[in-house]
Amino acid sequence: MISLSDEKIKELKIKANDIRQSIISMLVEAKSGHTAGPLGMADIFAFLYFYILKHNPKDPSWEDRDRLILSNGHICPVLYASMAHSGYFPIEELNTLRKLGSRLQGHPHREYLPFVENSSGPLGSGLSQSAGMALADKIDGKENSRYIYCLMSDGELNEGNSWEAIMFAGKNKLNNLIAIVDRNNIQIDGNTEKVMPLEPLADKWRSFNWYVIEVNGHDFKDLNEAFKDAHEVFNKPVVIIAHTIPGKGVKEFEGDYKWHGMPPNKEQGEMALNELREIGSRP
Amino acid sequence: MLNQKLKLNPKIFNEDVEQIPIRKGFGIGLLKAGEENENVIALCADLVESTQMNLFAEKFPKRFIEMGVAEQNLVTVASGMSAMGKIPFCSSYAMFSPGRNWEQIRTTIAYNDRKVIIVGSHAGISVGPDGGTHQALEDIALMRVIPNMDVISPCDAIEAKKVTLELIKTKNPASLSLSGPAYLRLAREKTPIITTEETPYEIGKSQIYWIPDIGLAQVGIIVTGSLTHRALLAAKELESRGIKTKVMNLSSIVPIDKEAIVSLAKECKAIVTVEEHQVNGGMGSAVAEVLAGNYPVPIEFIGVQNLFGQSGTPDELIKHYHMDVPDIILAVEKVLKRKTS
Repeated sequence: MISLSDEKIKELKIKANDIRQSIISMLVEAKSGHTAGPLGMADIFAFLYFYILKHNPKDPSWEDRDRLILSNGHICPVLYASMAHSGYFPIEELNTLRKLGSRLQGHPHREYLPFVENSSGPLGSGLSQSAGMALADKIDGKENSRYIYCLMSDGELNEGNSWEAIMFAGKNKLNNLIAIVDRNNIQIDGNTEKVMPLEPLADKWRSFNWYVIEVNGHDFKDLNEAFKDAHEVFNKPVVIIAHTIPGKGVKEFEGDYKWHGMPPNKEQGEMALNELREIGSRP
Repeated sequence: MLNQKLKLNPKIFNEDVEQIPIRKGFGIGLLKAGEENENVIALCADLVESTQMNLFAEKFPKRFIEMGVAEQNLVTVASGMSAMGKIPFCSSYAMFSPGRNWEQIRTTIAYNDRKVIIVGSHAGISVGPDGGTHQALEDIALMRVIPNMDVISPCDAIEAKKVTLELIKTKNPASLSLSGPAYLRLAREKTPIITTEETPYEIGKSQIYWIPDIGLAQVGIIVTGSLTHRALLAAKELESRGIKTKVMNLSSIVPIDKEAIVSLAKECKAIVTVEEHQVNGGMGSAVAEVLAGNYPVPIEFIGVQNLFGQSGTPDELIKHYHMDVPDIILAVEKVLKRKTS
């Protein structure tokens, strides 16, 4: 992986903005769903889908593809938007989110949308599934042919299952597993440090024998360095703790935990889209 | 008399009938499954010998995963391994898996349609002295309500071995889980050997082990798992008292053999179900659901009556909670009266 060119960064910014606009549109249309998490993770998803991930939307079941496991299924609007903009399915289909008969379930379901790697929603299990995949690849000697990326939230680190997985991956030195924690400091009932303190979070992961990288989740250069580092680690699983701003891109939503599980109404949606269009049109 | 078309163990009723823990049959079956298919993987939550995974672990150390005491991780890691083409068996005591990790099993295995076999060992009251905390009496109920999940409770070690080998076969696309994800229920105690290697076996099919010498049966006894031998002893005793029964081994609780259950009810017009499990939601409930919708007949349910267990020897507990041979005989007599009144 080489350094990111300014041109690539510009392209990724445009993609992230497109993804954010789609997130707002689909949530307004669905009248339910989560706003803050998907907007906050749009840069990372753009970076993954349009730069880092080894995947082929024309051949979704390509054996050697990287696996992207979304553990916190509730941020699926960002997953769906990224997949649609990558060409997995038509962008218009995003408007079917959460509707009866839709392939885009409120939380992702692989039976309905076969290109998603896992059905998820209940928190705290995605890292275990990812660890199982990484270990299977190690057993088969395929650990160098693809990475297992697990996208997860900070809130779901309240779950005991998460720490069982962290312990297990450390024990098995799963260096083909890269966890990306959306460290946005919010969960449904408020600030993570009030609800159930996670800090010192990096130290916790380190003490479970993980290689820890902290990164600004909205800075593509930073992200690029982080993933470069992550790919060079040879004897430990890697966690990228990505500091993000929930609701990023729409000033009124940013940093406010109330937007965790609430969709914008039509007016709020228009306001958000106008703001995003304005940012997007800047050079 | 024994239905010897099924080539059952001719020594079933001997005092010295061979007794082997059902879980042991699983251990032997798993080793064989590992030899037959290199994708078979075994995961265990710190109970390798108890759950009989040691044979597999010794032969295939690289395909054996020690999970520690972490049942949620046990099944979710298995889900991930299945996504990469492995066929994972995960074992613990039934009380902890599926007792503790039900949601993970539902979401990451059944909902995700991952072929993982959850092996609940030490199920039922016969765990004995460990007491109520360790006696899984709700696991059939927990697992049979999950869509896309087979639930199998073999009657002896030989059947357990056959089931294990059946479960690694490729899923039949025509059916909703034969056999994708599955729950295999095993008992700890030594259990009399009822079947032989020659006894046919098919997931989803029941078998009639006991038939009247002549004529129709008056009561159908449907049994699952470790109490099958007791049901046969009851049938033999009932025969000597002039009461004709059939004994059906319903080891496959999901998928359930509707046709055979309805046909047994049509013949006998009275049913007794027998299981080492809560009556609520167990195999008997599954039978009642089938019959209520198709051919309602009186049913008596042998099982634990909405109680927790306690410490004791397995035999003491089976007796104390009314699942012993005399209890089955009483239930048959009771249902006979209900049928004729």
